[in-house]
Amino acid sequence: MNRELKRVSIVVMLMFIALLSSTSIVQAFEAESLNADPRNTRTLYDSYSVERGAILVDGDPIAQSVPADDNFKYLRTYANGPLYASVTGFIPINGAPTGLEFALNSELTGTSNSQFFDKISDIVTGATPKGAAVEITIDPVAQQAAWDALGDQTGSVVVTEPATGRILAMVSKPSYDPNRLTVHDNAAVTEAYDALVNDAGDPLIDRAINSLNPPGSVFKLVVTTAALESGDFTPDSTFPNLQTYIAPGTTSEIENSGGNTCGGGDTVTLATALRLSCNVPFAELGVQLGDAAILETAKKFGFNSEFQIPMDVTASIYPEGGLDDAFTAQTAFGQYEVQATPLQMAMVSGAIANKGVVMQPNVVEEILAPNLSSISAFEPQEFGRVMSAETAATLTEMMVNGVQTGAASNARIDGVNVAGKTGTAQNGSTDPYTLWFTGFAPAEDPDYAISVLVEDGGGMGQTGFGNLLAAPIAQQVLEAVLNK
Amino acid sequence: MTLNTAATSAIPADPGPKVRVPQKMRHLELFLLLIACGINASAVVLVQLGALGAIDTTLLYLGVTLSVLVIALHFVLRFVAREADPFILPIATLLNGLGIAMIYRIDIANQESGWESAAVRQTAWSGLAIACAIAVLLIIRNHRVLFRYTYIFGFLGVLLLLLPLVPGLGREISGARVWISMGSFATFQPGEIAKIALAVFFAGYLVRNRDSLATVGKKFLGMRFPRLRDLGPILVVWALSMSVIIFQRDLGTALLYFGLFLVMLYLATARMSWVILGVGLFLGGAVLASQTLQYVNGRFTNWLDALNPAVYEARGGSFQLVQGLFGLAKGGLLGTGWGQGRPEITPVPQSDYIIASLGEELGLAGLFAILALYLLLVARGFRIGFAGQDDFGKLLAVGLAFVIALQCFIVIGGVTRVIPLTGLTTPFLAAGGSSLIANWIIVALLLRLSDTVRNQPRLVV
Repeated sequence: MNRELKRVSIVVMLMFIALLSSTSIVQAFEAESLNADPRNTRTLYDSYSVERGAILVDGDPIAQSVPADDNFKYLRTYANGPLYASVTGFIPINGAPTGLEFALNSELTGTSNSQFFDKISDIVTGATPKGAAVEITIDPVAQQAAWDALGDQTGSVVVTEPATGRILAMVSKPSYDPNRLTVHDNAAVTEAYDALVNDAGDPLIDRAINSLNPPGSVFKLVVTTAALESGDFTPDSTFPNLQTYIAPGTTSEIENSGGNTCGGGDTVTLATALRLSCNVPFAELGVQLGDAAILETAKKFGFNSEFQIPMDVTASIYPEGGLDDAFTAQTAFGQYEVQATPLQMAMVSGAIANKGVVMQPNVVEEILAPNLSSISAFEPQEFGRVMSAETAATLTEMMVNGVQTGAASNARIDGVNVAGKTGTAQNGSTDPYTLWFTGFAPAEDPDYAISVLVEDGGGMGQTGFGNLLAAPIAQQVLEAVLNK
Repeated sequence: MTLNTAATSAIPADPGPKVRVPQKMRHLELFLLLIACGINASAVVLVQLGALGAIDTTLLYLGVTLSVLVIALHFVLRFVAREADPFILPIATLLNGLGIAMIYRIDIANQESGWESAAVRQTAWSGLAIACAIAVLLIIRNHRVLFRYTYIFGFLGVLLLLLPLVPGLGREISGARVWISMGSFATFQPGEIAKIALAVFFAGYLVRNRDSLATVGKKFLGMRFPRLRDLGPILVVWALSMSVIIFQRDLGTALLYFGLFLVMLYLATARMSWVILGVGLFLGGAVLASQTLQYVNGRFTNWLDALNPAVYEARGGSFQLVQGLFGLAKGGLLGTGWGQGRPEITPVPQSDYIIASLGEELGLAGLFAILALYLLLVARGFRIGFAGQDDFGKLLAVGLAFVIALQCFIVIGGVTRVIPLTGLTTPFLAAGGSSLIANWIIVALLLRLSDTVRNQPRLVV
């Protein structure tokens, strides 16, 4: 019987090996994906029971966890909540976190892979586990200036550092107070949340990175880049100066705003067309340039790509798949299906300011372990080169002219050369316009790139325009940061 | 009985290499037992520190009670089974104690105390179970007495197994009809006790009939297959298992009994053909059941496609299984520590899913230690089988040890998705009185068997 007994022992051994393997697979190899599963409520609860790291601006916490006398152990509070809500997001007790609270959840809770050894030493030393703090790139002066300048408008202001891609200001309005969404009372959170969801102003949408609007004339910067880079056009290239233009294959007329020709004369130069922001010459240029060239340039600027800053940025859109001339004539001045986020337009200006190189935008300056050692720090990353330095210099000059003597005159600042471009985009025939400004300053050695979005016609329906409503906001913000 | 006791104590131990000084064996056991009790007590303290943040002395008696009981059992062994294996009792104690600590931890999460507390009840059941073990050791002075009552045990086993089907007596809990009601105080799972009775019956029956089962039959594919008329027993056990699947809706129990029978049959006859025949029969039955029975089919779907949202959301779907996996994943390599995890999120974290709860708080390291304890316990049982002189004792020891191994495999394998999840208790750990009593009786029988094996009995009672 002992021979059989040996065989049965082997079977038992195999059964236990199977159990040792299966537990190892679940607890070691699949653990990370199981912990990341959205149905895993343990992960959510854990994010409360550890002292979640703070979010810092210039060393001052804008989000921090303070001890609470209940099951959740810590209450998340936001200093200056509405001002920074578009960056921080919030972490409710009964739902998923948003904004940076979501994007850096594992770092803030101390469960990211890079914090593995800290976690082990916590277990050994018995220290209470703590999350990492996150220092962000936001400049409090720029953020406050952007907040003030935008006033009661629905829209967004984004300020970046052109050479690095650091996001210095990111405001979205209307905003909300994240403190109301982190209280430890399910019913109160749900009530506050439902009120925000039902609010007609959509305060929960981060307009800086997640709302798409037709860019209108600010997109002419992309088309001009494509034209200059093609080698077939210079700022002095001329186009017939028509009052209306009918693209090949259509009957619909394209007009300049105001319905006049673009300045005087039978022909108009590209430089003048951009300075005065005329649609007709750009429609002609678009048709000559072709859809493929515009698409290629737009993609190099970041259109049709998703970014993580580390929050997810909605991809701005230039339609792919080949447009005929009729549509290309419209996309050439930022209409038809072209759509952009304010961050994307800041990237366009930023690339021109940065001598033709698009930088990856990011909002995280440094991640700091509880002992204040650095876990990771900001490093500028290139997205790619979109134009030569010469093209960038040419465009800069054209944009400076646009502010000094052209359609973007309300962005002028005494003693500083501002480069800029306005936009007034249509949303269907009767809806209020979308108003834009994007640019950078000082033009010679740019420290700041900016984009301003004013939705809903700035309260003026179809009578407002970019230079009237968006350019002054940019002027006010740039003035504040330049005088800092 | 008295004759036997007199005889064993009168006969000096063999002068061969197996000679051990009885005292040394028991001293080793006491030493290990104190370590086990120490670990158990610290587990309860750690649970309190982890979950309550302070030591609450009123509940320390959970640890003390168990310690007093097992030390009582130890002293009984000093008188009635001096040469019993010294590892079995400490291992069972440790597993039982870790189980109580975890159940207590879940009680804290659910804010239960007094008789509402499952840990208090589990401690009471442990007391009863250890008392049963002491009784078994005192009554059965030589395991061969069981051989006499082979068929009575067989009858008893089948009776216990079918008891829950009696109208008015049986109760259905979470779909399985394997319980009998004992007033409002408790429910009892007679199937747990039945597994011991059946192990005794199988051992006795196979020792009596092994010759006809082993030697007669036709050769086919290099193996000797049994005659049709010898198929009787295996078909009866198969039918019994299938009826458990169909009428009691309990896949795990059926698998446990049938697996036990097959292994013992193989050991007794040394015929691989029996195993192939048996596995074929069971697989055939299981496949048929999965096609025709809704709950069996559901178990397979939950097993194979657990993370699918549709399966997860479904009624009777993989919610529990996946929550268990989340718990295990949360534990990771080192666990959250006693009282620091959230095992209460998983349904029935103190019984069927206690292994996931332990995995969450003690981590992979803790589960490996627990699996090692089980493996060691099973190995001690097999050792008795190897060393034994009489076939009945060998078969019984291996059968009882194998039941523990197979039960672990079915439960832990179900929780970790090696096999479909079925409802069985994790031996010693899980909350449940019937399971505790059954497993402590197994401990008593293994202790008795190991003692008689070392004494090499020459008298047949």
